[in-house]
Amino acid sequence: MTQAPLLLSVDNLATHFFSQEGILEAVDGVSFDIYAGEGLGIAGESGCGKSVTAQSILRIVPKNGKIVTGEISLIQNGESVDLVQLDDRGQEIRQIRGGEIAMVFQEPMAAFSMVYTIGNQITEVIRLHQECSPSEARERAVEMLRRVGMPQPEQTIDAYPFALSGGMRQRAMIAMALSCHPALLIADEPTTAVDVTIQAQVLELMKDLQRDMGMALIVITHDLAVISELCDRVMIMYLGKDVESAPADVIFRDPKHPYTVGLLRSVPELGEGHSQELDPISGSVPSPYRRPTGCPFHTRCPDFIPDVCDVHMPPQIELGAGHRVRCHLYVQD
Amino acid sequence: MLSFILRRILLMVPTLFVVSVISFVIIEAPPGDFMDAYVDQLLQQQEAIDPAEIDSLRLRYGLDAPSYVRYFRWLGNILQGDLGRSLEWNQPVAKLITARLPWSLAISVASFLFAYALAIPIGLYSATRQYSIGDYVFTLIGFIGLATPNFLLALLILWYYFVATGNVAVGLFSEEFLVAPWSFARVIDLLKHLWLPAVVVGTAGTAGLIRVMRANLLDELERPYVMVARSKGLSEGKLLIKYPFRIAMNPVASTIGWTLPTLVNGELLASLVLGLPTIAPLFVGALLSQDMFLAGSVVMILSSLTLVGTLFSDIVLAWLDPRIRGAI
Repeated sequence: MTQAPLLLSVDNLATHFFSQEGILEAVDGVSFDIYAGEGLGIAGESGCGKSVTAQSILRIVPKNGKIVTGEISLIQNGESVDLVQLDDRGQEIRQIRGGEIAMVFQEPMAAFSMVYTIGNQITEVIRLHQECSPSEARERAVEMLRRVGMPQPEQTIDAYPFALSGGMRQRAMIAMALSCHPALLIADEPTTAVDVTIQAQVLELMKDLQRDMGMALIVITHDLAVISELCDRVMIMYLGKDVESAPADVIFRDPKHPYTVGLLRSVPELGEGHSQELDPISGSVPSPYRRPTGCPFHTRCPDFIPDVCDVHMPPQIELGAGHRVRCHLYVQD
Repeated sequence: MLSFILRRILLMVPTLFVVSVISFVIIEAPPGDFMDAYVDQLLQQQEAIDPAEIDSLRLRYGLDAPSYVRYFRWLGNILQGDLGRSLEWNQPVAKLITARLPWSLAISVASFLFAYALAIPIGLYSATRQYSIGDYVFTLIGFIGLATPNFLLALLILWYYFVATGNVAVGLFSEEFLVAPWSFARVIDLLKHLWLPAVVVGTAGTAGLIRVMRANLLDELERPYVMVARSKGLSEGKLLIKYPFRIAMNPVASTIGWTLPTLVNGELLASLVLGLPTIAPLFVGALLSQDMFLAGSVVMILSSLTLVGTLFSDIVLAWLDPRIRGAI
């Protein structure tokens, strides 16, 4: 996989929200690379900064949020652009949004505007990024809808989103994101809002499309099963930090960070016979306004080392090929 | 869409019937009839009253029949375009109303346009630049506008206008155009006079609309579909108008229905202060003298206007939001 060219490199990204209650450090020092055609999973509990990381890449962070440090380099045709430096309303970033990097959102119900047909909303993005007539754009939209498995795309294209089922809406959402053949697709909880049976179909679809179109994929989810299905590599986030990243098979086989271990243990397994005791991580995520000192996870960590974990932020430690972890347990001195 | 409009118009028929009954009941509610008021008036002028003459007048105007008979007689005449005869003015009601209705409508429409043309852009500005200095300034002006009574505003503007120009901005026409036939110059003269009642009547509504527009748009700007539109690479301006603005217009459009009649209410005080030949002062006079045909017709016309306003706002709503087209 690593022979493929580097597509996007995020280095020490920090995005904070400024409000009357204080500063919310939603993302606080996250680094990762994505190579062309690769699938990266970003996992963590709600509020750990996964979605804000994705919004930072597209520079669509809600209005109180601001990228305070870091670089996001997009590499196209050998040229690197730092997205953080671009004007978030400017022409350059708007060409990248929807064109080079597209996004699938969590709630297909809320993500489509209810007052325009899905055809209107899909052809809009096609006409923004491709030179074509309205009828050509419509043809391409129908083609894309067919490709994502939408039944009767010629008719469905004129349907309003409220007339479609959740699964069809999510398919339409995927078709809209893919309609300009992006080099990178960011899927923010693509299956959270749809039925379990539809989930499998959507995952299957995304896997096929990723393979066929050769695009890179970032999947943001709290569902580790989705990651095992779609991703080559995984990054685990906790309170805005990337606590561990590794190839997917390594994470599932040999997790290092106590949080990753806990996360994997808390996934219920469907099995025969024995009923399984769930093993949740103790405690709950601290308020993001009052982040613990030192390692953010020390308040819930089973391997907590007094006077170390609650004092010092652990450094990022390279354990093996592409396996990095932020934990004092692995500091060698 | 066409079938929606047709269904909506059909629904107006029973509503109009109910409105006519209510109008009639309201007119009938005060004790006595026009003849009692007429007798009172004669007594005050110390004129001789012939009871036989009063009775024959009652018979002639059909005031002796039971109420339901009078109602259907009245309704039947209205359906034939005959609104009856004003007892006070001794003229056909239709003539009195047609002489004044256009001015009322002109003021209503002008103040309506004034209110929406001002409120929508300001609301848009205030929402997209929330808590900016401009937002605070508009909010302050808006609240002052909301709190100022119409007649006070009318008096203030009259006074300032007089101080500034030496003219009295009363009436709808300058003297030389008062009875002149219609011409381009006369229209211009009308527009020169129309702005004042339009501003006076429209101000309170404008202030309210700004708040509605601002609040709606602020809600909509936070919705996921706005972020989705942004993620597609749309420019901020296009995005704002196409997505959140259209939804935010929805509650604003639904106020059109009740804006029309409130403009007529607002018009009363403005008309009295500014001396305008509109429906409202005529209506008050008719109510005071129990001139039932005139008062009933005015109530009917105002209610019908409300229904037309509601129809108009429903059509706008259906055009804005496809989900509404299927309803009703």
